[in-house]
Amino acid sequence: MGLKIIVLAKQVPDTRNVGKDAMKADGTVNRAALAAIFNPEDLNALEQALRLKDKYKDSTVTLLTMGPGRAADIIREGLFRGADNGFLLTDRAFAGSDTLATSYALACAIRKIGDYDLIIAGRQAIDGDTAQVGPQVAEKLHLPQVTYAEEVLKAEKGKITIKRRLERGVETVEAPLPSVITVNSSAAPCRPRAAKLLMKYKHALTISERHAKAEDYIDLSADRPYLNIQEWSVNDVEADAKWLGLSGSPTKVKSIENVVFQAKEAKVLTPSDADVEGLVKELMANHTIG
Amino acid sequence: MNSVFVICEIEEGKVADVSLELLTKGRSLASTLQCKLEALVLGHQLNGIEKEIFPYGADVVHIGDDARLAPYTTLPHAAVVNALFREEKPQIGLLGATTMGRDLGPRVSSALVSGLTADCTALEIGDHEDKKAGKIYKNLLYQIRPAFGGNIVATIINPDCRPQMATVREGVMKKEIFSATHKGTVKKIDVDKLLKPEDLVVKVLERHMEKSRVNIKNSSIIVAGGYGMGSKENFQVLYDLAEVLGAEVGASRAAVDAGYADHDRQVGQTGVTVRPKLYIACGISGQIQHTAGMEESAMVIAINNDPMAPINRMADYVITGDVMEVVPKMIKYYKKNSK
Repeated sequence: MGLKIIVLAKQVPDTRNVGKDAMKADGTVNRAALAAIFNPEDLNALEQALRLKDKYKDSTVTLLTMGPGRAADIIREGLFRGADNGFLLTDRAFAGSDTLATSYALACAIRKIGDYDLIIAGRQAIDGDTAQVGPQVAEKLHLPQVTYAEEVLKAEKGKITIKRRLERGVETVEAPLPSVITVNSSAAPCRPRAAKLLMKYKHALTISERHAKAEDYIDLSADRPYLNIQEWSVNDVEADAKWLGLSGSPTKVKSIENVVFQAKEAKVLTPSDADVEGLVKELMANHTIG
Repeated sequence: MNSVFVICEIEEGKVADVSLELLTKGRSLASTLQCKLEALVLGHQLNGIEKEIFPYGADVVHIGDDARLAPYTTLPHAAVVNALFREEKPQIGLLGATTMGRDLGPRVSSALVSGLTADCTALEIGDHEDKKAGKIYKNLLYQIRPAFGGNIVATIINPDCRPQMATVREGVMKKEIFSATHKGTVKKIDVDKLLKPEDLVVKVLERHMEKSRVNIKNSSIIVAGGYGMGSKENFQVLYDLAEVLGAEVGASRAAVDAGYADHDRQVGQTGVTVRPKLYIACGISGQIQHTAGMEESAMVIAINNDPMAPINRMADYVITGDVMEVVPKMIKYYKKNSK
């Protein structure tokens, strides 16, 4: 029996390379100013899904992401690595959503997809590091959750067995299907793109992307439905706008501060033997070491 | 006035340090707000657990003692917390940013439709004016945390939803006895009434709770490496130095992400917070995300190729040079002079 797996993924700004101009005055992030990448732990989640697909015949992996139009990039990235299809949840009404409003939107979309055995997501995204969306989605769908997963061991007879990585050890748990699983970075890394899949899906586009193409663009999606990345708005997933965006977000950003280190007089030394020995002696003399 | 609640975590039969730290913080918040501090403990065989909690200033300790609450699984704990919070309507709910707190917190906040801020580094009480709505909110919880990869520090508030929930990592807040003789009330929770069969569908098959092999938090000297170390192999010199100094090895997030060191060595916002007497930062540039976890070190030595590295601004000693040259020299001269 095949499993129908939904992978929740997020396109995130590469927070390792934030410039001065990356923040807008209202405290939200100007994502357009930054390189956008597939959230690292969501790739770990995708790999767990793909392994289940390899193991259980006739399984499918569906990607679901919420974001601006260009977030279709990560759906393509997922298709290149072995996912079967993807949904992009995109609408201005989603903008400014905190984790709770995001989880509401995702839960609406998952209900719309309807037929699933398992939902897998990365533990947290590098732009917020909150680890909240997975459990919040689980609650909205009234599904059990298993967080901090390192490996999905098996999914048989309506049950899934998962190894979790905790602070001081590991735990093996069994949960019913469907459940929501969030995966740690300590899990196996995601497989690379497959050349064949890259060829197959490189023209997979959302309807907005297709419309933006030049007139002489040859649209193959009618004959090849797999080239169609489904795009959904608030109405498509029957979400109530009051639970979305800023109005649906209990948390507000009051202020943002760019912290500058306090200037402090430091003793500057060279790597010379004399300097290093002098430092070591000084530290030993004042009992910092030794 | 609605209370401040701390959801306590049990570790090997005792209240976890992070919970005692939160009780200390909760006590000061409750005093500012002139409300009660209440603690919630869920688990099994918790006889006398309140004695560990009262000295930290709790006015009420709610205890849910039931075999189905240990070991921790999400749904039964969430069922009890949701029921209690719906009844008690706390204004603030605090949890440790542990695997348990970060599993339970969002589940509860989603059920109660309340705001939750993860991994706060400071909690304060303050007011907020919503100019658009022409409304002034008094005595909100300012939830302060680094965000966006640690490049900014954001103050988050939940103006309209209660409880205002936050998680805080172990070691971020100070643990302090409020009064050794402080006593409060114990309230037993009728767990049986709250649990439904569907809350018990996730089963823990096996668990080995190994003590963390690495305990950098308790080390008075930390030798930490960053992405600038260049490789896992190069990290070896840090272990060598740590060994002669009786220190532990720490690492920045970038170094951990690159696979140079294990996650349990990570210092910073998403790792542990440390306050050693000496912190030797090797090949660490000094992103906020990292320095948030070590800025209270008594002394900092920064060893870095880059004379402009941000870490240098908080260092007491800056050695501008190659770590692979400097660290072996430190080992050599330490050995020479300690004889």
